[in-house]
Amino acid sequence: MHGYANPARFLRLARLLTAPLLVAGALLTAAVLFWGLTRAPAEQLQGETVRILFIHVPAAWLGMGGWSMIALASLSELVWRHPLAGIAARAVAVPGAFFALLCLATGSIWGRPAWGAWWVWDGRLTSMLVLFFLYCAYIALADAAERSGQGNGRIAAIFGLVGAVNIPIIHYSVIWWQSLHQPPSLGASMLSGNSPMAAPFLLGLLASTLGFSLLFGGVVLARMRTILANQQAEARLRRRAMELADA
Amino acid sequence: MHENLNQLAYVYAAYALGVGGTLALVLQSVAAMRRAEARRERSREQ
Repeated sequence: MHGYANPARFLRLARLLTAPLLVAGALLTAAVLFWGLTRAPAEQLQGETVRILFIHVPAAWLGMGGWSMIALASLSELVWRHPLAGIAARAVAVPGAFFALLCLATGSIWGRPAWGAWWVWDGRLTSMLVLFFLYCAYIALADAAERSGQGNGRIAAIFGLVGAVNIPIIHYSVIWWQSLHQPPSLGASMLSGNSPMAAPFLLGLLASTLGFSLLFGGVVLARMRTILANQQAEARLRRRAMELADA
Repeated sequence: MHENLNQLAYVYAAYALGVGGTLALVLQSVAAMRRAEARRERSREQ
């Protein structure tokens, strides 16, 4: 990983990957969602609303995966002082918050016809809402550190690590507590080939997750390039101002 | 399913949020990247 500690080397790779990730992600996501909306079969119990699965579940995984990335990047920043780790964590925060919010919104829309309620205060929904609030707090902390000139953002990194405690709580909430939310459909059973989910839904779900993940990767690279470009422009302007002051 | 709800209306609402929101996120991120990289090039030329 330290091979890409050099921003110039990282930028070469990021320029190469950003557009292909976005284009591949957009094409795959569009194709799967079109199939999900028009061709996927209705399900016996859930009826037509099962089609929401292809957006809701990838959004949940990316919301949780985003915070896992923030925690890993924060660890790398605090322990190994990797120069790009803090930038990566900041770049993940907004798309992670977006997918956590999308998961909550689509879950609420799905909940109305399935449970007869837009919202219930059960473990899964509440812990996911807490994750969204954690993202908002992280974004505010990282922005405050950037504005105050403390570019390293150690407080945001510590917050990123501590907030990771919510990820296993979200995952196990449907097992630990009574919940309207269904238990995990995927997991060890999928690896052994005995998934309770029918093949068309499982394949569609995996494809939509891959499509949204490619988009997520492209967006994170674009946001890292934005942060690096802004930092480089500001450093140049500061240097120029100091040269003018000295002259 | 105890109520007579139009299930597809909920599906369309979820898809509109998902597609519209994701599109907005991608476009905003790419536009911000282009603006920032153009600003860096301008600062290099000054």
